Amino acid sequence: MQRLLQLPASAVNMVKTAQGQEEAKSPVLTPDGSQATWYSAVRPDELRHLRAGNVTEDTGAPAEDGGSTAAQIQPLRHDDLKEMLDSNKESLKLEAMKRIVAMIARGKNASDLFPAVVKNVACKNIEVKKLVYVYLVRYAEEQQDLALLSISTFQRGLKDPNQLIRASALRVLSSIRVTIIIPIMMLAIKEAATDMSPYVRKTAAHAIPKLHSLDPELKEQLIEVIEKLLTDKTTLVAGSAVMAFEGVCPERIDLIHKNYRKLCNLLIDVEEWGQVVIINMLTRYARTQFLNPNVNESTLEEGEEKEFYGSDEEEGKDEKVEKKKKPYVMDPDHRLLLHNTKSLLQSRNAAVVMAVAQLYFHLAPKAEVGVIAKALVRLMRSHSEVQFVVLQNVATMSIKRRGMFEPYLKSFYIRSTDPTQIKVLKLEVLTNLANETNISVILREFQTYIKSMDKDFVAATIQAIGRCATAIGEVRDTCLNGLVQLLSSCDEVVVAESVVVIKKLLQMQPEQHSDIIKHMANLIDNIQVPMARASILWLIGEYCEHVPKIAPDVLRKMAKSFTTEEDIVKLQILNLSAKLYLTNSKQTKLLTQYVLSLAKYDQNYDVRDRARFIRQLIMPTDKSGVLNKYAKKLFLALKPAPVLESPFKDRDHFQLGSLSHLLNAKAGGYQELPNWPEVVPDPSVRNVEVMDAKRKEKKLEKAFYSDSEGESGPTESANSESCTGSRSESSSSSNMESSSGSESEESEGEPESEKEENPKRKTDKSSRVQTTISPTFSSLKTYELLHRITGEGLAVGYCFSRQPFVPDPHMVTVQIQFTNHMDTEARNLRIQEPRLQSGMRIKEFPEIELLPPGEAVTVVMGIDFCDSTQAANFQLCTHTRNFSVSVQPPVGELMAPVFMMENEFKKQQGQLMGMNEIKEALILGDACQSHCVIIQRVTSAANLSQVPCGSDQECRFAGKTVTSGSLVLVTVMTKGDRTAQLTVNCEKMVIGTMLVKDILHALSQ
Amino acid sequence: MYSGQAEFARNRTVTSRFLTGGTWLTQSDKKYTAPHIWNMELKHFTGPQYKTLIQTIRLRSRRPFLKEIEKSGLAACARMIHSLFLVNSSGDIFLEKHWKSVVSRSVCDYFFEAQERASEPENVPPVIPTPHHYLISVLRHRIYFVAVIQSEVPPLFVIEFLHRVVDTFQDYFGVCTEAAIKDNVVVVYELLEEMLDNGFPLATESNILKELIKPPTILRTVVNTITGSTNVGEQLPTGQLSVVPWRRTGVKYTNNEAYFDVVEEIDAIIDKSGSTITAEIQGVIDACVKLTGMPDLTLSFMNPRLLDDVSFHPCVRFKRWEAERILSFIPPDGNFRLLSYHVSSQNLVAIPVYVKHNITFREGSSQGRFELTLGPKQTMGKAVESVLVSSQLPRGVLNVNLNPSQGTYTFDPVTKLLSWDVGKINPQKLPSLKGSMSLQAGASKPDENPTINIQFKIQQMAISGLKVNRLDMYGEKYKPFKGIKYMTKAGKFQVRT
Repeated sequence: MQRLLQLPASAVNMVKTAQGQEEAKSPVLTPDGSQATWYSAVRPDELRHLRAGNVTEDTGAPAEDGGSTAAQIQPLRHDDLKEMLDSNKESLKLEAMKRIVAMIARGKNASDLFPAVVKNVACKNIEVKKLVYVYLVRYAEEQQDLALLSISTFQRGLKDPNQLIRASALRVLSSIRVTIIIPIMMLAIKEAATDMSPYVRKTAAHAIPKLHSLDPELKEQLIEVIEKLLTDKTTLVAGSAVMAFEGVCPERIDLIHKNYRKLCNLLIDVEEWGQVVIINMLTRYARTQFLNPNVNESTLEEGEEKEFYGSDEEEGKDEKVEKKKKPYVMDPDHRLLLHNTKSLLQSRNAAVVMAVAQLYFHLAPKAEVGVIAKALVRLMRSHSEVQFVVLQNVATMSIKRRGMFEPYLKSFYIRSTDPTQIKVLKLEVLTNLANETNISVILREFQTYIKSMDKDFVAATIQAIGRCATAIGEVRDTCLNGLVQLLSSCDEVVVAESVVVIKKLLQMQPEQHSDIIKHMANLIDNIQVPMARASILWLIGEYCEHVPKIAPDVLRKMAKSFTTEEDIVKLQILNLSAKLYLTNSKQTKLLTQYVLSLAKYDQNYDVRDRARFIRQLIMPTDKSGVLNKYAKKLFLALKPAPVLESPFKDRDHFQLGSLSHLLNAKAGGYQELPNWPEVVPDPSVRNVEVMDAKRKEKKLEKAFYSDSEGESGPTESANSESCTGSRSESSSSSNMESSSGSESEESEGEPESEKEENPKRKTDKSSRVQTTISPTFSSLKTYELLHRITGEGLAVGYCFSRQPFVPDPHMVTVQIQFTNHMDTEARNLRIQEPRLQSGMRIKEFPEIELLPPGEAVTVVMGIDFCDSTQAANFQLCTHTRNFSVSVQPPVGELMAPVFMMENEFKKQQGQLMGMNEIKEALILGDACQSHCVIIQRVTSAANLSQVPCGSDQECRFAGKTVTSGSLVLVTVMTKGDRTAQLTVNCEKMVIGTMLVKDILHALSQ
Repeated sequence: MYSGQAEFARNRTVTSRFLTGGTWLTQSDKKYTAPHIWNMELKHFTGPQYKTLIQTIRLRSRRPFLKEIEKSGLAACARMIHSLFLVNSSGDIFLEKHWKSVVSRSVCDYFFEAQERASEPENVPPVIPTPHHYLISVLRHRIYFVAVIQSEVPPLFVIEFLHRVVDTFQDYFGVCTEAAIKDNVVVVYELLEEMLDNGFPLATESNILKELIKPPTILRTVVNTITGSTNVGEQLPTGQLSVVPWRRTGVKYTNNEAYFDVVEEIDAIIDKSGSTITAEIQGVIDACVKLTGMPDLTLSFMNPRLLDDVSFHPCVRFKRWEAERILSFIPPDGNFRLLSYHVSSQNLVAIPVYVKHNITFREGSSQGRFELTLGPKQTMGKAVESVLVSSQLPRGVLNVNLNPSQGTYTFDPVTKLLSWDVGKINPQKLPSLKGSMSLQAGASKPDENPTINIQFKIQQMAISGLKVNRLDMYGEKYKPFKGIKYMTKAGKFQVRT
């Protein structure tokens, strides 16, 4: 090191010249030529030192003109690099690669180095290796044959025990766009998609679109891989899998069904870029699968229309009545999506916030869309590019849902430091938000803006005033007066813009404003902007009856200056003369003739055409036909006032937040946002089967659901994958991934996901489903309904899935699983002769026609137990036999979770004191020491939801009984040294006592 | 409730590590090992032998020669960011990077066209459609980052990503200038390679990137040139695979410290008469956390209800915030923005300074009067510092002749920008700027009114009254040093005249 630093400058020069000579001697060094012996003479350290400083300037400048002027220098330089690459010293290789990458970065061609570089693909040094990858990915397409040499290294890398090496090998392999290796890539992707490591699977997902773009014919095979990846339960993979789905087969919406709930639940833990892709995809999905939540407003109109057009009036009426009877009930899955995305409005990533905002705009009920306004307004603090995009979207939204942004009106006030494009967009939003109440404030703001130095912006402001004036009748006169005052401004742009806007406004009520027209007629001497002059002339011509004295005078002036006017003005002069001739031919006949003859020899053919046309019309000759009788009607017809509209109107047919929306034109690859379906698509497609996934469930399901569709309506069955799904799949690998992939936050996920409904909604009487309950995360206990021996080979088990029973919210959902252990198929599985206690009701599952031997099927039925633990007895029938069976619910299953805050909990608890309160001291079991175990035990014993609370000592749970809806409140207070106190408050004392017993049992184990 | 959850989370971490560790993670600690060297192998495959090798590879593939694929058919599947061009203020492309097939530089011509059309640099539209591509650009530090897109993608997705790229460069090189990028072109390339895979963001978290690619420091550059070691991490990153993807593992410090800066900015528009048209407070909490191991922090406020709208770093547990209004998080290592918030507009905003102004132009004369006085107001006894006043005067103003009572002022006759560096406001002797403006002779009096932009700082005060209650650490044994600092700044603070 010491020596290096002391190396005299002359020595360096010596080395340099020596090197130069060497290069000159052998201009073409064979790539595999013997290692330059020359290098061994000089210490590699010195060489690097010599070159390190030259990376940027030395290679850059000469290489630039190397192509044309110094053709001989460039190969020399590259030979020098080749030599370095061939050397044994890694430091030299690294230096060479760095210089090559710098060349690539500047856009210089380095493709002739390919053979020398590709050899180093297996270099031990990580950085060299990485840079070689960079090079390969850039040039492999051009040098396909040589690129093949590197493939075997990657193939070896794919088998490496280290997951990161496997991933990076796949990444580079799939980035090399060489068609010959497509089969190898396909194989590698397929293998990686089933890799143990989620990181490798993620890379596989990324590789799929690359391969698809290389060979679209592989689509079918790739879809299979995507299907597999979509079922992945780790957060790491989810985003990339959906990205691949969107890239390859966005139309295959059916692939999403089974993964929908999983994606919703994972969403919050997925990395931010994945969140954007998933949310956008789910927006489209929801549009195809759920009903329009705002349907009630539009139903009425639609119903009437039907009645009107319908051939059968009776039927139309019936339909209408039926529609009115049936209130809209939101699908729990729809609710799940809205709920799980809401918290992402708090993301720091603007793209995520925008994605959620568009989801709410397109999917949420009107009353709930408001939440996004605040988040969008927050984004306006961000960089100006973000502001630009957000404002575009806000402008579109504010037309449809003005009320949403009204509270934030002041956030759209314009600062003089904003860039013009932002100012114009803010103005657009302000105009959209204007209504009778805030118009005075907005107009006052506009007045300030008119004095701005930014003239483009002033022009836009004047137009905005015009729009406000047309939209809100009360302020029209004020606006008009303000605009007239602007006419005396010394800035021409301002005056011109005002004239144009005034013209449009006057068209609405010309009678009252003849003085303004007169004022404008005076202005024509001063205004030079052609558009403004044309506007004034048109106005005078149109309303010449209101200004009979001035109009001919104006025409006289204009006839004088006709030849020097712009075309657009000339055309209006012709119009004016024609109109005046028709109304006041005595005064203007000569003038008109003069103007027409001038126009006849004009350079512009439009003007000549117009002159000829007008002459024929208004000055009848013997040849002219009948038309001139109608000349007055033609020219002085009453013209409808123009409608000043926002350019953002109707832009919302594009999905908000998309590129297409921003450009207001369909971009390549844009997926149309589908319209809401008329009838509910079968919601059961999203159910995930509890039974062993390896069985051929698809076939069975089809047979079962296709029959049931008509009669039973939507059934909410099974539970989402997050509970039993992952657990019953005994494969250890999947368990491991699901636990490692999701963050530590998942422990809190439990109560959170049950907050489906906010308390306010609960009081809403019209909503039939009072609380929507999402799957609880505790494992489900399966009970036996029919043993396989008594059932002669037919085994039946049941469990309480804790899903809301959609057809009737007062029923408990019971999930029944049939397994056929017989050698023959079982037919016509159904329920008969229920023998029930008074008040109990049962909703049977649709008959299962066929259950082949060895197969299993799961169905869902609802039972109203009337808040008692009495068993429901009924007969289970096959085509040959009947079995008497009974379903007995544990007390904990007779309730449904309710979300409430701590305060409300305490308030409710206060109302359920005395007889309704049961207190019991207990000693916690060995395993029950930690807080979360208690929570888990209680929620598995009873279908309750946790109430968030601040104290470490207390756990609170709330629920209500399914049938009567009476509240059940549970408090567990730990007191150190393993003792605890359990309090249950419930109106139904029997339920309370039984629940205390069950929870005591669960906690003291 | 909390400690239980933390424990649960920890347990999960341990179990998952145990499960994964058994199979893969332990092996991931090994370095890259290349079992053999290409150089040797390649020597055997020269000339005809080389051709046979190619032949065999070709034969192995089922479809030896694929027909050329039409580009048009690809449009639907080519997603996200295609290429990136970096353009400096004089319109030169000084860096390009392609993640898919190469897009010619000429695509940037459309960008240059738009740039010419725009009067100001920031008026270039962020999204420019061209016949075959879309250009999405951001302007930071006088460099345009132009991304080339081929098909539908949410524009904010790209914009947000580009800003993240700039932030990363800034984090790595201290500044994000053309010179810094050119000097570190290899690191830049390596970073871009890691941040996007096939145009889709891969690793954007700075903690992970720093594990993959070490940021250059002067010391390291010297060491590297001498020892021949590299910037690329020796260890393979584990962060992406861990349960806490934003924090690297194995962090060690001798001094464990955690600092939090609460910085609030006042955005306000004050009208001519001095009354407030709109005023809002936007705040951020920036953190610098240097703690060993895997600490789990909670930060609570005295008055959390003040915060109206918040956005978090992904590390913050949202559900705890919702339920208890407590920030609970495992912090990333180093500097990061924990939280940004908006103080609800219902609360009245205290405006810490007032401005008395009198700017008039007389009709007919070529002179105008300019008078400006600043004074403190509602500062709760704290000094208003670093005051800077700037104003864009009308185009008709040729020059000014002003007299500041303190500080210095400058006027640029070309851009007509007047700026006055006031410094600290002394309540006893209020700073003022008085004098005359000379106008173009003969021209009519300007009808536009200049607006006055004010910047200032107030130390040791958060204007909203937000106060941190306490900071607790769980999960580690040592006692960290904790610090908190408050500051109030002017954001977009404008006075209309």
